[in-house]
Amino acid sequence: MKNWQSSPSLPSPEQQQGLIKWCRMNLFSSVVNTLLTLTGLLILWWLIPPFFQWAVVNSCWTGDSREVCDAAFAASGKTGACWVFIKVRLGMFMYGFYPEVERWRINFVLLVLALGLLPVLAYGIFSKNLRQAIFGVFGLLTVFYFFGIIPAIFTAAFFFLPFLLDFLSARLAWLAVSLDLWHTLIKLCLMLLVGALTFFLAVTFIGEGHGWASTLATVVLLLVLFFVRNVTVFAWRWILLFTIFPLFAFYMLVGNVFSLAHVETHYWGGFFLTLVVASSGMATALPIGILMALGRRSELPVIKVVCVVFIEIARSVPLVSVLFMASVMFPLFLPESVTFNKLLRALVGIAFFYAAYMAEVVRGGLQAIPKGQYEAAKALGWPYWRMMAVVILPQTLRLVIPGLAINFLSLLKDTTLVAVIGLLDLLGIAKASMADAEWLGFTKEAYVFAGIVFWVFCFAISRYSVRLEKKLHTSLH
Amino acid sequence: MSEMTGNNSASKETIIEISDLNKWYDDFHVLKNINLKVAEGEKLVICGPSGSGKSTLIRCINRLETHQQGKIVVNGIELTNDVKRIDQVRRDVGMLFQNFNLFPHMTVLENLTVSPVWILKKPMAEARELAFHYLERVKIPHLADKYPNQCSGGQQQRIAIARCLCMNPKVMLFDEPTSALDPEMIKEVLDVMTDLAESGMTMLCVTHEMGFARTVSDRIVFMDAGEIVEVNEPEEFFNNPQYDRTVAFLSQIISH
Ligand SMILES: Nc1ncnc2c1ncn2[C@@H]1O[C@H](COP(=O)(O)OP(=O)(O)OP(=O)(O)O)[C@@H](O)[C@H]1O
Ligand SMILES: [Mg+2]
Repeated sequence: MKNWQSSPSLPSPEQQQGLIKWCRMNLFSSVVNTLLTLTGLLILWWLIPPFFQWAVVNSCWTGDSREVCDAAFAASGKTGACWVFIKVRLGMFMYGFYPEVERWRINFVLLVLALGLLPVLAYGIFSKNLRQAIFGVFGLLTVFYFFGIIPAIFTAAFFFLPFLLDFLSARLAWLAVSLDLWHTLIKLCLMLLVGALTFFLAVTFIGEGHGWASTLATVVLLLVLFFVRNVTVFAWRWILLFTIFPLFAFYMLVGNVFSLAHVETHYWGGFFLTLVVASSGMATALPIGILMALGRRSELPVIKVVCVVFIEIARSVPLVSVLFMASVMFPLFLPESVTFNKLLRALVGIAFFYAAYMAEVVRGGLQAIPKGQYEAAKALGWPYWRMMAVVILPQTLRLVIPGLAINFLSLLKDTTLVAVIGLLDLLGIAKASMADAEWLGFTKEAYVFAGIVFWVFCFAISRYSVRLEKKLHTSLH
Repeated sequence: MSEMTGNNSASKETIIEISDLNKWYDDFHVLKNINLKVAEGEKLVICGPSGSGKSTLIRCINRLETHQQGKIVVNGIELTNDVKRIDQVRRDVGMLFQNFNLFPHMTVLENLTVSPVWILKKPMAEARELAFHYLERVKIPHLADKYPNQCSGGQQQRIAIARCLCMNPKVMLFDEPTSALDPEMIKEVLDVMTDLAESGMTMLCVTHEMGFARTVSDRIVFMDAGEIVEVNEPEEFFNNPQYDRTVAFLSQIISH
């Protein structure tokens, strides 16, 4: 019999390399392509140098009043951008009418948000607890340097609490989830007790009517600690971001507790307001959207109809009209005594409006999950909600990252629409500043600045989504 | 050897009892008067032509399909619309699918640990130990950190078997576990299934692998058009079938 041997693998013929070859292949491969390339270059030649001249070469950066710019332009005979305008108004652009002495509160909240969010967003980099801890210590020192000891203590608690919770749930046998009835009852009682204590403390130290939010946050934390097994440090970080952080941010920004001065929301504005609207919109619209997507696929007719009707209505009206409804019409339906803050109404309107879009995106993803996944999970004994949360939704969300990113981006940009109900976000403030008698005629600078800020954030979101998609998609297909 | 187990299991307790089962898809009568008792430790092979209702029958046992008439009792629990009971039965009954249905977003190890941790409330350390134990048993411990789509079909089916075993089931249902596999991989899966059978697991297996049916099973159930035509021990079934329908089916399979 003959002996069979497989042939050796050979290296593939060398790929073309080098800049010139790349250009030849991609830009000048045919007559039409060459023409297109030249046209493109021509358009760039028309656009970029004049903009560069205006924005950089002839621009004026130093000084603190418009006279400096006017003098500079008169001296050179060419007009350029007067960035002094932006420089002088930067505080306004960023914080709106938030009192200057209180602005550190915004910075502090944003810093804590960044500390909480960065590890979970870049979880690949922060996979090791040690790296998170080092990052946390640096953040802590920064907070201490800028804001003092009490903010630093809070930051430390917020940043390192996930480690403690993780340690507790892993090590304390008593906390372990069990099916024993007494054990469960004792935990429930303990939870009620701590909840009541929180309520009492919140009412005494913060004030009447402030008990429920803190109690809710505490109870949610305890529920997870007592009844969910195997919560990772990252999951704890998310949970804290959705329980303690909103409370902290609310009291910090609104004030009127402890020794913090009260800053009413009609003083809020600028890029800070944009961030408030966008981040609370993103944080609430996605969870609501997921629930609505599940509701729309539910077998219970009432839930299904409610979800379908809501989604279809929300999708067929413009956001501007939703905002008008929220600010003008909605109060008409409520009794005189019940007043909701205007900003809050706008936030709720935006959250539900975008939730409808997210719901449709998520529903599309749910439809792409093979039936076999549900069957395998059911056959292993998974009840509905746990199956959805652990098996189905993680796959779904991976599939719909591009769709979600589009919605996040358009949400961020649509925050500018709050201008129609009199809230001044970054763009609103920019417009208001143009109307200032002292700075008449500097519209371009304001728009370019606002455009750049929006672009930076949108581009970051877009890049992040692409990265996430690449990273997660490898395991799905 | 199969005779021995057959005799032993006859004296053991009944673990699945199906009586007068009828099921319809809309107007289509897919299961007709099914009566079947399975003893603990028994290995049943279910065969029959395509569309005869084999899959439907075993999917009724863990309530992936609902039935309209008759009674199914699994491990002392009757299947009704009660969700608690259904989940209890599903924990006792593992199921293998033709296309594996591993969770693609989890590593092999996570696939094996996630159900014990979330459903049986086992501590993570214990679940991992269990997972590695069963990965050894299906002979692929080196794949623990891979994703399912990085494994071959045969490996995926063996991972799926290990995933079931981690839930410590009393009964395992197989719905054509090897029909999506290349011939070379079929053997590695059948070896694992034979090993499982020898360890005393109760198995109901829809398969066209007649070699496996002949050597491993205690009884063979032959179905056609939604009915059980014949239940027989393998020797009898192949050498001395009772019905002409069985003969026709066997001649078709063997003529292949
Ligand atoms: N969801 C459904 N709705 C309507 N009819 C169905 C449904 N599922 C299966 N059937 C029909 O019921 C019959 C039995 O299907 P089943 O899948 O149980 O057959 P099977 O014996 O497993 O066949 P195969 O060997 O091809 O897997 C088939 O005729 C099929 O067309
Ligand atoms: Mg089938």
